[in-house]
Amino acid sequence: MSKQTMSLTLHIWRQPGPDRPGRLVPYKVTDVSPDMSFLEMLDVLNEGIIEGKIKDVGNYGPVVFDHDCREGICGMCSMVVNGEPHGPRRGTTTCQLHMRSFEDGDEIYIEPWRAKAFPIVKDLVVDRSAFDNIIAAGGFISVNTGSAPDANAIPIGKRDADEAFDYAACIGCGACVAACPNASAMLFVGAKVAHLVKMPQGQVERESRVINMVSTMDDAGFGACTNHGECSRSCPKEISLDAIMLLNREYMRATVKTRGK
Amino acid sequence: MQLNARIPSGPIAKKWDRHRFEMKLVNPANKRKFDVIVVGSGLAGASASATMAELGYNVRCFCFQDSPRRAHSIAAQGGINAAKNYQNDGDSVYRLFYDTVKGGDFRAREANVYRLAQISVNIIDQCAAQGVPFAREYGGVLDNRSFGGAQVSRTFYARGQTGQQLLLGAYQALERQIGLGNVKMHSRTEMLDVVVIDGHARGIITRNLVTGEIQSWTADAIVLATGGYGNTYYLSTNAKGCNVTASYRAYKRGAGFANPCFTQIHPTCIPVSGHYQSKLTLMSESLRNDGRVWVPKKKGDPRSPKDIPEDERDYYLERKYPSFGNLVPRDVAARSAKYVCDEGRGVNGPGSHAVFLDFADAVERLGANVVADRYGNLFDMYERISGDNPYKTPMKIFPAVHYTMGGLWVDYNLMSSIPGLHVIGEANFSDHGANRLGASALMQGLADGYFILPYTIGNYLATAKQPKITPEHAAMKAAEQAVRDRTAKLLSLDGKRTVDSFHRELGLIMWDYCGISRNRAGLEKALQLIPELRERFWREASVPGSGEELNPWLEKAGRVADFLEFGEIMCHDALQREESCGGHFREEYQTPGGEAQRDDENYCYGAVWEYQGVGTTPTLHKEHYQFEYVKLATRNYK
Repeated sequence: MSKQTMSLTLHIWRQPGPDRPGRLVPYKVTDVSPDMSFLEMLDVLNEGIIEGKIKDVGNYGPVVFDHDCREGICGMCSMVVNGEPHGPRRGTTTCQLHMRSFEDGDEIYIEPWRAKAFPIVKDLVVDRSAFDNIIAAGGFISVNTGSAPDANAIPIGKRDADEAFDYAACIGCGACVAACPNASAMLFVGAKVAHLVKMPQGQVERESRVINMVSTMDDAGFGACTNHGECSRSCPKEISLDAIMLLNREYMRATVKTRGK
Repeated sequence: MQLNARIPSGPIAKKWDRHRFEMKLVNPANKRKFDVIVVGSGLAGASASATMAELGYNVRCFCFQDSPRRAHSIAAQGGINAAKNYQNDGDSVYRLFYDTVKGGDFRAREANVYRLAQISVNIIDQCAAQGVPFAREYGGVLDNRSFGGAQVSRTFYARGQTGQQLLLGAYQALERQIGLGNVKMHSRTEMLDVVVIDGHARGIITRNLVTGEIQSWTADAIVLATGGYGNTYYLSTNAKGCNVTASYRAYKRGAGFANPCFTQIHPTCIPVSGHYQSKLTLMSESLRNDGRVWVPKKKGDPRSPKDIPEDERDYYLERKYPSFGNLVPRDVAARSAKYVCDEGRGVNGPGSHAVFLDFADAVERLGANVVADRYGNLFDMYERISGDNPYKTPMKIFPAVHYTMGGLWVDYNLMSSIPGLHVIGEANFSDHGANRLGASALMQGLADGYFILPYTIGNYLATAKQPKITPEHAAMKAAEQAVRDRTAKLLSLDGKRTVDSFHRELGLIMWDYCGISRNRAGLEKALQLIPELRERFWREASVPGSGEELNPWLEKAGRVADFLEFGEIMCHDALQREESCGGHFREEYQTPGGEAQRDDENYCYGAVWEYQGVGTTPTLHKEHYQFEYVKLATRNYK
């Protein structure tokens, strides 16, 4: 473990509410240990602001940000660090990013996810309920409790199961949307469609699922994919861009199959 | 307080069947006339909400996160047990039942545990049908592994993310019901009180965390699925938001709190790295299947692990427990780690608290590829946090608070001592006794939510026959006002210290005196320190911001204020239990070999506490456990 500490300048997006103007506000933090997580560094900043040890520029008070599990799985933390959702380290959520990825004297820019479909609640916190609505529209297999056959009655090849898992690993954080110049949610939607279509259980609702999810996605104001690939690059679970290809194919197939029905 | 466990009569294997027949049913056409509130959207809360909505009840579900998918069940890594016996290795419902009662050190209710083992098989079926991507064999059938010291392979898993995949299954079932209009979801909403009218739980008071609006909600039955209280210790593997507030508010309204001192300290977590540490991260127990735990034989050995020759290493678990070795249960492994560090043999510098978990032999035996296949994501996570590569150098681990076996007391129907108030998942005192076995938490949360509560709540609704009430009821209004007053009081705190600093201080008191091992003098000291700390909190803490906005510091202050009262109950409980059992190790009560010494004659009961006022010792009630099927025996892992 390294003993040297760092001093940093943070430029943090402060916005008191959805309809209020926001701006980047600079803060100085010192004694940052490289072993700290990024969010622990922000905790130190906030404690400093509350205790009056760090200057509360503009009297915004401590910085509000979403976080919960702090082990990279709940998907709650959501900030753009130096222009990249979840920061510079591939396959890593902000909470798992550690300060050893930065250098003494760095200037770090911290902003919220920016997308029309994710309105800002306050500071770095956005409203991602559009994702829940997309799942509610079809991101499930309709099986009421109690009506399941024996689990081994539905064999699934290891390869299919592993592939389904790769897509199911999505944590719903929204980094894909934040990274996309079009604020497209197609990686998120594609991952769920792909997870369920890879499994025999998911075949029955195959067409209705993709049509309903895509239509809810469009209504929420997410943009369309124009193949930039930023989503997959920013994804903390490294979900493959294949999800979008698969989504397009499934959507096309479903519209053809259900035409006239 | 009346404690009637309502255990059905008859042989244990027939109790649940018989009970399901004897329970009153609600006519399908009448179900939509009943409103049910579920607080919490983890495995238990989401599965219960979805299932009750499928049955036809009107469900309202509340969670403090921005989406129900983020509840902390998501972080469970290892797996879920079920007595499927797919591996043909001698497992059975009875064996899972037996292992769970024994593993819990005979401090759980037999009938409940048997039911849990019975239902375990249905859970796997349900989850597989939902599309949960469990690990599979090449032939397409489900894969199993042995986990946490079990001698059969009964653990189903989805890489190291089983909790995530099971929760997403339950979340998707819940979202489906939300889409159908059968569940009204209230995210970013925190429950701050439960309202009891004519002896029945009839409503809750919530605060909308975004707008600050304080609201009353009424229902015909209330379900708490609000998780455990591990964050009383400040540092734990729980998510930052996990809290005791909902359970504690119910306790203050008259619900008995059972066995609060039964906390599980998980042996394999990443050690503390500095004062700024905000949480601890679990490294799945499955790592102990192939990793070997050791410390240097010499105290304060400054050498790097690769320079310490084999004969100067102490593989203390293999030495002390030759038949279970590195796979001894969690409480035994955690205590042993503490002892070697107390001896000065910690491996993270002088006076440190860490031991090695070494994969060198596994890499040599299996090859790095196989090790990566089994543990790759965990190794990556470790490397991200610590900066060390576990393929090359041993991991450093130390025990951390992980799970709480204690919780609100419930009867066989999962109803608390307040009629109408049901408690499921980790929030109840449950089936794990004094020590939970690995991969049993997911099983219990889903058993409660999918298969037990949806039946038993019908029996309550069919028989309770309470009048409909509205949020304008005087008792609702009074509770709402009390929540407003308390919020205002918290916001008026304008001292110099952050709420977190008090929480950290409480955590240290709890860890030092009510942690891996406890003794009378320490617990009495804690009972003196906690009220002092609480008093200072209300004098010196600072809560910035207002009540009409998203204000995490206000939320935290309310939760920490509750922890500061609740920690005392944990210490009272640990003090009265003059025996060692499971996760509760009283130094005064150990065998000459240093193992836990249970006292079945005097302490074979669930300790259920009744609130008597802040700072006043609560009243102790006892539910005596009868063991008809599993003979009381000393756990022996030698």
